[in-house]
Amino acid sequence: MDLLNALVALSNFVLVPGLAYGSQLALGALGVTLVYGILRFSNFAHGDTMAFGTMTVILITWWFQSLGIHLGPLPTALLALPFGIAITGAVMLGTDRVVYRFYRRKKSDPVILVMVSLGVMFIMNGIVRFIIGPEDQNFADGERFLISARTFREMTGLPEALAIRTSTAITLVTAILVVAALFWFLNRTRTGKSMRAFSDNEDLALLSGINPERVVMVTWLIVAALTTIAGTLYGLDKSFKPFTYFQLLLPFFAAAIVGGLGNPVGAIAGGFVIAFSEVTITYAWKKVATYALPESMAPDSLMQLLSTDYKFAVSFGILLIVLLFKPTGLFQGKSV
Amino acid sequence: MNDTVKNTLLFAGIAILIVGTGFVQSWNSALLILNMGLISAIMALGVNLQWGFAGLFNTGIMGFVALGGLASVLISTGPVPEAWPGPAFQAFGGLILGAITMALAVMVWRKMPKGRNRGWAVTAILVLGFILFRAVFDPAVSVIEANNPATSGNIGGFGLPILLSWPLGGVLAAGAAWIIGKTALGLRSDYLAIATLGIAEIVIAVLKNEDWLARGVKNVIGLPRPWPVPLEVNLQQDPAFLERAATIGMDPTMASTLWVKFLYAILFAVVLVIIFWLSERARHSPWGRMMRAIRDNETAAEAMGKDVKRRHLQVFILGSAVCGIAGAMMTSLDGQLTPTSYQPLRFTFLIWVMVIIGGSGNNLGAVLGGFLIWFLWVQVEPLGVGLMNLITSGLSEGPLKTHLIDSAAHMRLFTMGILLLLVLRFSPRGLIPEK
Repeated sequence: MDLLNALVALSNFVLVPGLAYGSQLALGALGVTLVYGILRFSNFAHGDTMAFGTMTVILITWWFQSLGIHLGPLPTALLALPFGIAITGAVMLGTDRVVYRFYRRKKSDPVILVMVSLGVMFIMNGIVRFIIGPEDQNFADGERFLISARTFREMTGLPEALAIRTSTAITLVTAILVVAALFWFLNRTRTGKSMRAFSDNEDLALLSGINPERVVMVTWLIVAALTTIAGTLYGLDKSFKPFTYFQLLLPFFAAAIVGGLGNPVGAIAGGFVIAFSEVTITYAWKKVATYALPESMAPDSLMQLLSTDYKFAVSFGILLIVLLFKPTGLFQGKSV
Repeated sequence: MNDTVKNTLLFAGIAILIVGTGFVQSWNSALLILNMGLISAIMALGVNLQWGFAGLFNTGIMGFVALGGLASVLISTGPVPEAWPGPAFQAFGGLILGAITMALAVMVWRKMPKGRNRGWAVTAILVLGFILFRAVFDPAVSVIEANNPATSGNIGGFGLPILLSWPLGGVLAAGAAWIIGKTALGLRSDYLAIATLGIAEIVIAVLKNEDWLARGVKNVIGLPRPWPVPLEVNLQQDPAFLERAATIGMDPTMASTLWVKFLYAILFAVVLVIIFWLSERARHSPWGRMMRAIRDNETAAEAMGKDVKRRHLQVFILGSAVCGIAGAMMTSLDGQLTPTSYQPLRFTFLIWVMVIIGGSGNNLGAVLGGFLIWFLWVQVEPLGVGLMNLITSGLSEGPLKTHLIDSAAHMRLFTMGILLLLVLRFSPRGLIPEK
């Protein structure tokens, strides 16, 4: 038995990656949930919007790199992020003006808006593939590790290592900052409060003189910022590929629904629930178990519940369980 | 201009597009478009049953199409002797054990009184069932997959004519739809969409991973042809065929590929006509009127004593079965099953574009949409490249020009999005609206 090593292995393979992935999912799910709360439809274009935002960040990063601008140990992408957010925000506002506003004024059925978002999804997907291509793009630079496996071993003398990648650390720090800023905005500022009022009760909010167009505009800008940040963090942590970003739609929705659609706190909780379930169910526990159990009980199988390719099945399974037993989600969400 | 004239003109337009492809490009591509257009039209009919008739938002079409493809493999390939009967039965026994566990858990959940005991009982059943399932299933699978992995490593199939897999693909898809419908149909429209999207991804994940079933990503190739369609090689050695090819002055190789595609087209057209006729009959029957009543106002229909849940389940199964049939047909046309080729944009959302642009709620519209959108999906790519060549002709050779021309192929997603948005905005009822 060697609990310390078991703990290190657990942190290295489950806790740290789960935290990073959970933060990325939480940011993405916040976007889904905000659109649902304010605009009242499930935005199928969310994954591709994220791909678009990340693409702009990548292009600007490449431009900065070619100019020789670097952030030292930090990835240059962080410097490009504000520009990417601005461009994505402008595109979102343009999309709303050209596409969504018409249906909002007509008070169309949510299903029609979902169809419309399918159209936007196709267009975004096409644009991204057109500009940057469908292949993998790696745009991380700077220091790769905050604590590399070797340093950790030298520091602690343990055979197991806990490597912390810069991208993981950046993901966590950024996610905490962004979420804090978002909640400050929603709870403390006038615009934020009017957004929550609009989400709670549209008619009452309109009666009290809230300008719906302004609320919608602010929402799209926030969503643009959230998706671009989430996408960039995911891309730094893993890699950027348009199709993967499209597929992230499912865990995003799962996280948002598990937490309760329309509820920001729920979206964050949901993101971590989904991320940790995916990681724990698809992780092969043999290593941790070998350390944690007495030698006589050491497992000879991999102790993996499901192969990693079934990670969608995991998020989906949780989604289904929540929908069947608690349709409003863990934190009271809307069920219009 | 009355409806009949307008519809005839629309379909004549499609015919001109396809025949035009024959004259301008090649008859081979024209027949390819025709064949996939027929299959797309059938898929669109299936989606139209669910969306147009009953207002069910199913985004899991890809999963049902893939299940149809799986059916063709399981029906048409020969059994692998090393896997039968022992390991294969053991694997299926494991699966059945898993199913029994689930059923038992659901039963206990329903029968036992609410409380902590119920939670523990269900958890215990699930955990024990899972351990038992893995204990039976895993060794069988490793035996099957260890057998000659380069060429088989799967259970094979029944070695029956592949034509049988078309109806059976429908049955397989219907079975899956029953399970899915039982759990997910109570959900609100966009929840249902998300749930079905997830289920389709899971079906594909299973196809990719369970090598024992249909070889996973190693693909199954060389599926037999459906009954009247011969192999090109055999045709080229058939003296009667060679003589006929010579009389019309055609190269035998070319003639054989065209003839094969033509036979496929006839087969597919027969299926399309049957399904179209059935759908039309359904639409004009009391059942169809009831479906539309449920779609337009569930509460009112329920007040009239209609069992909305049951009707939804019924139409969901029927529509999915049609998609399964189309999936089996597509796999027979390709002669292979490649799980990695199933992508939601192509197999789910493109079909949706077909239905919406064609005219949801109208079977004729769905068929038109199937042909039209498939034609565009194929032809926008070369058109995009041509257009890009024209636009960039003034540009000097360089990385930018190469990139633009290389990327032009991705224009088709963009085009589909624009078309969908335009139709939704300016003609939301589609090209041939519901009457």
